[in-house]
Amino acid sequence: MAKELIKGNTAVAEAALRAGLEAYFGYPITPQSELLEHLSGRMPELGRPFVQAESELGAINMVYGAACTGKRVMTSSSSPGVSLMMEGLSYIAGTEVPMVLVDVVRGGPGLGNIAPAQGDYNQIVHGGGHGDYRIIVLAPSSVQEAVDLTALAFDLADKYRAITCIMLDGSIGQMMEPAEIPPMQPLKTDIPDWAVRGARDGEKRLLTSINLDPPAQEAMNLRLMTRWQAIERNEVRYKGYYLDDADFVVVGFGTAGRISLSAVRAAREKGLKVGLLRPITVAPFPNTVLDELTEKVEGFLVVEMNAGQMLEDVRLMVRGRKPVEFFGRMGGVVPFPDEVLTEIERLVKGPRTTDGHPRDRWLARLAETIG
Amino acid sequence: MVVTDIPTKIVYERPEALDPRVTHYCPGCTHGVAHRLVAEALDEMGEVENTIGVASVGCSVFAYNYFNIDFVEAAHGRAPAMATGIKRVLPDRLVFTYQGDGDLASIGMGEIVGAASRGEQITVIFINNATYGMTGGQMAPTSLPGQVTSSSPTGRDVTRQGHPIQTAELLSTLTGSSYIVRRSLHNFRETRRAKKAIRTAFEVQKQGLGFSLVELLSNCPTNWGMSAVESRDWIEERMLAFYPLGDYKVSSAVADIKI
Repeated sequence: MAKELIKGNTAVAEAALRAGLEAYFGYPITPQSELLEHLSGRMPELGRPFVQAESELGAINMVYGAACTGKRVMTSSSSPGVSLMMEGLSYIAGTEVPMVLVDVVRGGPGLGNIAPAQGDYNQIVHGGGHGDYRIIVLAPSSVQEAVDLTALAFDLADKYRAITCIMLDGSIGQMMEPAEIPPMQPLKTDIPDWAVRGARDGEKRLLTSINLDPPAQEAMNLRLMTRWQAIERNEVRYKGYYLDDADFVVVGFGTAGRISLSAVRAAREKGLKVGLLRPITVAPFPNTVLDELTEKVEGFLVVEMNAGQMLEDVRLMVRGRKPVEFFGRMGGVVPFPDEVLTEIERLVKGPRTTDGHPRDRWLARLAETIG
Repeated sequence: MVVTDIPTKIVYERPEALDPRVTHYCPGCTHGVAHRLVAEALDEMGEVENTIGVASVGCSVFAYNYFNIDFVEAAHGRAPAMATGIKRVLPDRLVFTYQGDGDLASIGMGEIVGAASRGEQITVIFINNATYGMTGGQMAPTSLPGQVTSSSPTGRDVTRQGHPIQTAELLSTLTGSSYIVRRSLHNFRETRRAKKAIRTAFEVQKQGLGFSLVELLSNCPTNWGMSAVESRDWIEERMLAFYPLGDYKVSSAVADIKI
């Protein structure tokens, strides 16, 4: 199939539909709305349910109900709307039914703004809803990658009876790029045994997240965590650039990763031996490769469009063995490659330290720049 | 003389849709009656194997234990949204929610209004007992003016704590709703009328005629601090005045249903 020039939100919507999306429930919010708008036309065309819900609470709970039937279902929103969905996500995780969430991330906290950001990392990657659960989080850095990860998101959700989130920076959602959308796949025909359908075979099915008996709940928690360990073993995805001979490594996901790649290329042109590690799954996090790199390189620069949320996951793996520095822009401000290049040069030049916290050093520099 | 040839006829038995187990409900509580009425309606319609229930949060959180049908358990107030999701992907099944007044008329008001306004093809069994039963008898959106509860210890003061919500009246104003009625479980006559309304509500859904809701005035002897008999009298003497029984919305297509 030929490539077409297409907006990220629209591309993900069409890719989901072609991956066998059977029902969509959503609520308008910028910068996500094109996704909902696209499906509002396409889903009815194909005779598939589309509901514009009364709120994000309504949307996520419609997804919850539809997911209980074992069908491929999805919702999408942007940061403030996703906050509202946290309750439902916890219930869905606790009921072990699969679903796909697209979070087109914007600047925050609060209403914030509608510019691209990565401030939802902690909420999406490290929970947000109550209780012990993890969700699979995919972080594309281009429209094409977002399309490719959409089908994968459904496959992973089905495979692990888990929530998969496509964390799409507002920039990827809004950007038009050439992308190839895969052909239409048939709808899933096999209904999982656990799905409710009406007790037709005389066997009653119950889907609930309640477990009043603490030992039974703990057994359920154990099952979820054991499943997460399998996900950690099997599903880590990342992309490395110029890592083979790198003395320094930039770590960034999504848009920040993409901008960092431009900076890394510019640094290479200057003769600096710098590489880039771009996590594609930010959950599960690519810990093993980071651990291996820690043994090899002289230092890391973490670049994010937030105040250093993934930074803590990197520091946890590096464990003070090598210097880690941080550069971020917040509130919907997108860094320029030149800014990242300056930070790379600062890291390479030194002095470097493993003392203190990289966020404190970065905040001091940022206050001088924008304060 | 021992008479041995009296013909036997079963006049009362457990509906197939009800599980033969003891419920956790308090003695005298009308939840059991409401469950039975729902089960009888599903039995009569031959829909036991074609129905999916959505339980809510409150005393009826374990309703799914007492029905022999597929069930899911919703978050507090969200049952109409969950039912919407199920019904949209399985349009040939009967889908109903079973919700209390705290669940439906307070935290879940957005979801119930959304479902009704969309004309969602689901049935809602709405238990109004003017209190939060499960959490220990706090003031509900439906508690009457002056009603003493554990969170309105001197009686509900409407100047500070607002007025009770009349759900059937409110939802009947929506174009999307097709069948909205209020019944009561405080005596046999009204209970029989409640049964007919529940059956009608399911027929509305089966025939694809739109959103149906049956509000059932119910009791809570434990949290009201009354005997079962006193609590039924309280429904009659106090609740009926504020929550008049009746048909609040019967669309023209629904009016033609004959049971």
